[in-house]
Amino acid sequence: MRVILELLERDAHLSHNTIATMTGLPVEQVAAQVAAWEASGVIRRYTAVVDWDRASADGDDTVTAFIDVSVAPARGVGFDDVALRISRFPEVRSVYLVSGGHDLRCTVTGDGLRAVSDFVAQKLSTIDRVQATATHFVLKAYKRGGVAFVDTEPDHRLPVTP
Amino acid sequence: MRELNGVIAACPPSGIRRFFDIAAEMDDVISLGVGEPDFVTPWRVREAGIYALEHGYTTYTSNAGLPALRRLICADLAQRYGAHYAWDGECLITTGVSEGLDLALRVLLNPGDEVIVPEPCYVAYEPCVRFAGGIPVRVATSWEDDFAVHPAAVAAAVTARTKAVLIGSPANPTGAVQPRASLEALMALAEEHDLYLVSDEIYDRLTYTGAHTCLGALPGARERTVVLGGFSKAHAMTGWRVGWICAPARIAELCVRVHQYTMLCAPHVSQIAAVEALEHAEGDVTAMVADYDRRRRVFVKGLRELGLECPEPAGAFYAFPSIRRSGLDSQTFAERLLHEQRVAVVPGDVFGPSGDGHVRCSYATALPLLEEAVERIGRFLATVA
Repeated sequence: MRVILELLERDAHLSHNTIATMTGLPVEQVAAQVAAWEASGVIRRYTAVVDWDRASADGDDTVTAFIDVSVAPARGVGFDDVALRISRFPEVRSVYLVSGGHDLRCTVTGDGLRAVSDFVAQKLSTIDRVQATATHFVLKAYKRGGVAFVDTEPDHRLPVTP
Repeated sequence: MRELNGVIAACPPSGIRRFFDIAAEMDDVISLGVGEPDFVTPWRVREAGIYALEHGYTTYTSNAGLPALRRLICADLAQRYGAHYAWDGECLITTGVSEGLDLALRVLLNPGDEVIVPEPCYVAYEPCVRFAGGIPVRVATSWEDDFAVHPAAVAAAVTARTKAVLIGSPANPTGAVQPRASLEALMALAEEHDLYLVSDEIYDRLTYTGAHTCLGALPGARERTVVLGGFSKAHAMTGWRVGWICAPARIAELCVRVHQYTMLCAPHVSQIAAVEALEHAEGDVTAMVADYDRRRRVFVKGLRELGLECPEPAGAFYAFPSIRRSGLDSQTFAERLLHEQRVAVVPGDVFGPSGDGHVRCSYATALPLLEEAVERIGRFLATVA
């Protein structure tokens, strides 16, 4: 069953029919399994991997930053309450509890540098028990979600070979 | 001018070449005619090659090849198939299986020796037998029983001059995998008539319905078998030109002798990259094989839904459908399909007379292109059927 998830993670456009052919499973079973995963939250949603650098050539100036957050943990909840609170903001794309010099690593996107830095200054830093933040603006994305943002290598094969 | 070598002059050029020339001139062609992976060599392997260049590994290696690579190959054969060869003396690195095949035949054959070649088969088998002074003797196989090589048919072709049987499994162009029982019966036949077996196992890792049988691992096989393998297909390394021969010492030693005078050694950089391929690219290989299998299932189903009879291709990355229902012969079918719908396939008869009535379709092609190709073939069939 895991193979269905792997296939969908790579190409969410694959039809149940094609997945059934690829895996040799009955199409009804594929459909039922995918529906069950969608209901239980194993599959959260289907998205596109967007190369925003290319999109910005069309006038879009979405900015992404990684924000490292130091948090004073609290008895009973650790970091969870602060992490949940941060994750509720729609600007926040991801929140992880990490090892190392800081406690939480967040990804934040916004329309321009100003929007992101305002968000950090006014919303993130002011949350109770947030002690420090360090903001790293993304200058260029080379690879995300397993997808390399470079031009694909041309097919150098001859059209007919033995 | 004095005449050139008669054997070579008499050997016709590959029938594949003509299609290449036509297809290369056309735009918007979906090519199912490519006998190599559409994957580029896994990055870690390329990176090892770059590292080797940066650090000046631009010299010859020993004739037999890098010891580290031979050790890895022999360990892999032992662990994967139970075929045991000594890395030092029974294994040599060649510039692809093509050279390995040439070496093996030159070492095994005396002028006039016959080599039984079940067909349809890879286009180089018969010419290589001839270049080595031998005479290829075809044994027909049929798609009705998945191109199985029947020992009785082979036995019927044995004469006093028969020296060897040359077999490729999994096979180009049919995708057929010989069942273990067939290979065992073939081995018994070889013992009975004192024949050598040359086993082209370049597609060994690309099997989808069962495990590959290495001929060198069969009981009694070792002393009379030459196993050929390489990195071109499973590791997507066609252009690196690196393969190997594993054979008993008395054969391997003579292979090295020819190799040392004609090739000297396989490319050093490629051998270093091959070491990386065996040490660290297993995950890449299994991912590529899984991908071929998915495309295989989609493509074969698509062909069958068009009404083409297609034997289940159990290995390699070729489907070899029957085009009987079109009423056309292979050459006409392939030529018209290319001109009318811009899909390049290879007519089956270039792989031997039993291939007529079939075309070879490589599914080492991106899935959307395969789906589009099936649609175009469907449109073509609608105009001829």
